[in-house]
Amino acid sequence: MFADWEAVIGLEVHVQLATRSKLFSGSSTAYGAEPNTQASPVDVALPGTLPVPNREAVRFAIRLGLAIDARIAPHSVYARKNYFYPDLPKGYQISQYEDPIVSAGRLAVRRDDGSEFVVPIQRAHLEEDAGKSVHDAFHGATGIDLNRAGTPLLEIVTEPALHGASDATAYLKTLHRLVRWLGVSDGNMQEGSFRCDANVSVRRRGDAKLGTRAEIKNVNSFRFVEKAIDYEIERQVRLLESGGSVVQETRLYDETRNQTRSMRSKESAHDYRYFPDPDLPPLAVTPADLERERAALPELPAARRARYVAELALGEAEADALTAERDTADYFDVVQRATNDARLSASWVIGELAAALNEHGTSVAQARVAAPAMGELLARVKDGTITAKSAKDVFAAMWAGEGTPDAIIAAKGLKRVSDDGALLAAIAGIVDANPTQVAQYRGGDDKVYTWLVGQVMKATRGKADPARVNELLRRTLDNS
Amino acid sequence: MHADPALIDHLARLSRLALDASDRERLANELPRVVALLDSLARASVEGVEPLAHPLELSVRLREDVVTEGDRSDELLALAGESQGGYYLVPRVID
Repeated sequence: MFADWEAVIGLEVHVQLATRSKLFSGSSTAYGAEPNTQASPVDVALPGTLPVPNREAVRFAIRLGLAIDARIAPHSVYARKNYFYPDLPKGYQISQYEDPIVSAGRLAVRRDDGSEFVVPIQRAHLEEDAGKSVHDAFHGATGIDLNRAGTPLLEIVTEPALHGASDATAYLKTLHRLVRWLGVSDGNMQEGSFRCDANVSVRRRGDAKLGTRAEIKNVNSFRFVEKAIDYEIERQVRLLESGGSVVQETRLYDETRNQTRSMRSKESAHDYRYFPDPDLPPLAVTPADLERERAALPELPAARRARYVAELALGEAEADALTAERDTADYFDVVQRATNDARLSASWVIGELAAALNEHGTSVAQARVAAPAMGELLARVKDGTITAKSAKDVFAAMWAGEGTPDAIIAAKGLKRVSDDGALLAAIAGIVDANPTQVAQYRGGDDKVYTWLVGQVMKATRGKADPARVNELLRRTLDNS
Repeated sequence: MHADPALIDHLARLSRLALDASDRERLANELPRVVALLDSLARASVEGVEPLAHPLELSVRLREDVVTEGDRSDELLALAGESQGGYYLVPRVID
């Protein structure tokens, strides 16, 4: 029954900008403070106060706009969006309506199977967040915390151009990585720094006209967005197939039941009566502002990924892992330049480093082995000073703060045994000590050979080059 | 413009105004005249005039991203009708 239908999805993401202070006041935006301790007279809307916009928030909006090839308006306009709710003390939210700062952008998204699609982005506008209502802590009353009131948000709105829940999620993940990469937001979904609303409608395949949409509000994980959209598509198709019609409304996703349900509809349909905010003249972005931001724009994740594959000959999976976070990619670049060996660097960053970060519950930025030190370590692997196996021990010692790679190699005596004499002596010892296994090998049992190599490696405490051990052991066993 | 009772009620609800019968009747007479006055603006010639969002031709001044405000919750909460545990209290609202 679904084959006859096409879903049409548009996404609105509210990204909390990583400024220190609020959009229109000098209050802190730090998360988790005691209620109302970060709400200034502007934020609580005392009469006579006036908003003054935050330059950094404007820069972040421009930066995101440039990263999605959007138009940045030379003049954009702050507008009042009027509605009554206790956590909105002014009775309006300052937003942008007719003339947003960012419009007509695009974001290329890779699906898991490697195919790509482009999501047209209608607009991104600056706006302030509302406060928080606490409904269940007070007897017969609602508590209001205005710490969040005035926090800068960038609302990023796609065209209704997505056609499935998995594409919607892929877009959200790509956008999430981008805002973190650009440093415009920490993207913390638990703390509400990246919130998604999805507009979902369905139409018969081939119809040009869009169906009536329902809006799913505030789903705070990628997995739940996907499930909520899937549920909503199915609900609408069933409704229409059985002769019903979709009502334009806001629906909430219930994670425990995996379904969307109608929010008790507000008294009247949305009627925000937007108008330009008389307190705020238009926001100007000069060509010089644009140039400054363009110059400061980092290499974007998609370009970095493509470069790793094309120029460094890394695999798709390695390139994906290295570009998941900008810190990881930057770390890798330092290591790669130090070693001039992309493969080796990638395998250590994705392997040993990631494992250590995971084990210690920390991030690349806080890694106890910094990128230049990792570069020095891998240089010792490359120039043959230590074996790859010893390098892991050196890495662990570096993580534990025992010093530089060279100091640790010297202190622990981990220098690779490259002297054939020492190796041959170790091999002779193993051959003498294990006559049975040697006899088995000579009798044609090749399986025991690996065991003998292991014994030599053990005797040299991992400091021998396995390839050389292999060569000398074969020669010893086959020639005597 | 025709100010029928449903429209008056809708506007009153959006504005959170409690109107009695006489307010409604007065508004039903006044509103169309106010709107007609404003509509006269639509007759002005705007040939070659750029849309204007603000009467003064300036752009907004921006501030640096610096925290300049501290905790004034005691003073501000004292202005509220009711507060408890650092929160402003309002009549119960549920979505």
